[in-house]
Amino acid sequence: MSDRRGGGRALFAAGMVIVTMAAAAAIVGPSLTPFDPAAQDLPLRLAGPTGAHPFGLDELGRDILARVLAGARISFVVGLVVVSVSASIGTLLGAVAGYFGGTIDDLISRVIDILLAFPGLLLAIALVAVLGPSLRNVLFALTVIGWVGYARLVRGQVLRAREFEYVQAARALGASTARVLWRHVIPSAIPAIVVQASLGMAGAIIGEAALSFLGLGVQPPTPSWGTMLNGGRAHLLDAPHLTIFPGLAIALLVLGFNVVGDGLRDLADPKRPRR
Amino acid sequence: MLHFLVRRLLLAIPVLLGVATLVFSLIHLVPGDPVQAMLGESASSQDVAELRGRLGLDRPLSVQYAAFLKGLARGTLGTSLRTNEPVTRAIAERLPATFELAAAAVCVAVVVAIPLGILAAVGAGTGIDYAATTLALVGISMPNFWLGPLLAILFSVTLGWLPVSGSGTPAHLVLPAITLGAPLAAVLARMTRASVIEELREPYVLAARARGVSRGRAILRHAFRNSLIPIVTVLGLQMGAILTGAVITETIFAWPGVGRLLIQSINFRDFPLVQGCILLIAVTYVAVNLLTDLAYGLLDPRIRYE
Repeated sequence: MSDRRGGGRALFAAGMVIVTMAAAAAIVGPSLTPFDPAAQDLPLRLAGPTGAHPFGLDELGRDILARVLAGARISFVVGLVVVSVSASIGTLLGAVAGYFGGTIDDLISRVIDILLAFPGLLLAIALVAVLGPSLRNVLFALTVIGWVGYARLVRGQVLRAREFEYVQAARALGASTARVLWRHVIPSAIPAIVVQASLGMAGAIIGEAALSFLGLGVQPPTPSWGTMLNGGRAHLLDAPHLTIFPGLAIALLVLGFNVVGDGLRDLADPKRPRR
Repeated sequence: MLHFLVRRLLLAIPVLLGVATLVFSLIHLVPGDPVQAMLGESASSQDVAELRGRLGLDRPLSVQYAAFLKGLARGTLGTSLRTNEPVTRAIAERLPATFELAAAAVCVAVVVAIPLGILAAVGAGTGIDYAATTLALVGISMPNFWLGPLLAILFSVTLGWLPVSGSGTPAHLVLPAITLGAPLAAVLARMTRASVIEELREPYVLAARARGVSRGRAILRHAFRNSLIPIVTVLGLQMGAILTGAVITETIFAWPGVGRLLIQSINFRDFPLVQGCILLIAVTYVAVNLLTDLAYGLLDPRIRYE
């Protein structure tokens, strides 16, 4: 068992390293390469990896490494915005539903049920389809589907926490509802929210990349990993490097967040059997 | 059981009504004039007025909503703007291809994941376990819109074994089914492993061994059988990922299913068809969840009485 825990810790550390490196690339990335992600070198279009261009060049002769680094910024912005807004809305609504119960709980729960009736990204695809493809609409659509998970989680935690003696004591002492929720009830849900947020980062990054891959997300020439993969589809035969590197970036970062999320979950609940 | 069945069916009604309402309101979320958006900026005002009338968008919202629900009850969802074909017929033509792909993906996932999960559980903490767990983690993190093109590069472009896209022969189904099934296989393998490990710790497995039951039989006939409930649940829950994954997989491999139809309709701004596809996928998902719940009730009688 201790061996497995050790293995789990090593995986968690590896995940943290991947996430930290990707975050660093997103922040200082553009200064790591002399090439501008938008600069075109048409005579060299679709050229494979070389010493000067380790990831090769795309269909317009742009440096793929520079674009992958610039794409990291888009992915992190999407992940951070979607997770922070979804978590805030979801926590608030979940706490209100769980704490007050009754009609307001019924109302919020029905909205959650309806949104959960749409599988995965389908509602996001539908929303972006009608609102039009853009980064702003991607953020909106991913948040609309994102808050539900937090709300359900927090509602469950609050239902449990409401009965704790220290919460009842705070109420008996005359603390206002807002204070009881903010100081006593919501903090008990924070470990679970942090785990969900880490997995949510992975979900938001994949979601943006998927929408962009379908042509419904970030629009060219902005370098998003999904848009780059979409551009690579036409060149599977003659330039597979267009597909390999942006996809590798997505898979590594998502793997990093998934591993960190798994590790945090084990930390939050030591009794839970490791998967 | 009947009481459980009826209650569960009744609970699905408000959810389905909510889904229908949300799909109905989609067209009203289009910024500006949805009819102008469908026809493009250069459309004449006569064409715009004609289409608005055809879609019923010139009527009061409540009348439009009532007509939409009435149409749903009759199984009509309007006609495609591009082909004039009834939406239900266009979808019905594509539905078998999507079901074929989804079924093949689930088969791939089950065939790979269950043996892998059991092996990992039996050898928990050994090299096999680490290899299986790592493989599952990679499978979960690898987006299908990357896995699909990679498989195409390897098996179609480099090795020339399988067609790169299209449909018609069993060979065409292989890469899409693996692409769609891989993430499910990863989730299922993790669940099978965790679930079998838990069951192996139970006293009844030890009792079976003490009675002289072989190790293999104790694992397969006793521990694995009891771990089936969470596995079935996960399979049901993952149908959402399969349905959304189908949209992407069908687009990658030009597979003629509902998912590809949806993306094509979005590109043509054919909103009645977009609404129809979204509604169909969501309703299928609700139905699968309902069936999972019912299967759960059948597998474990305790659940019915809760």
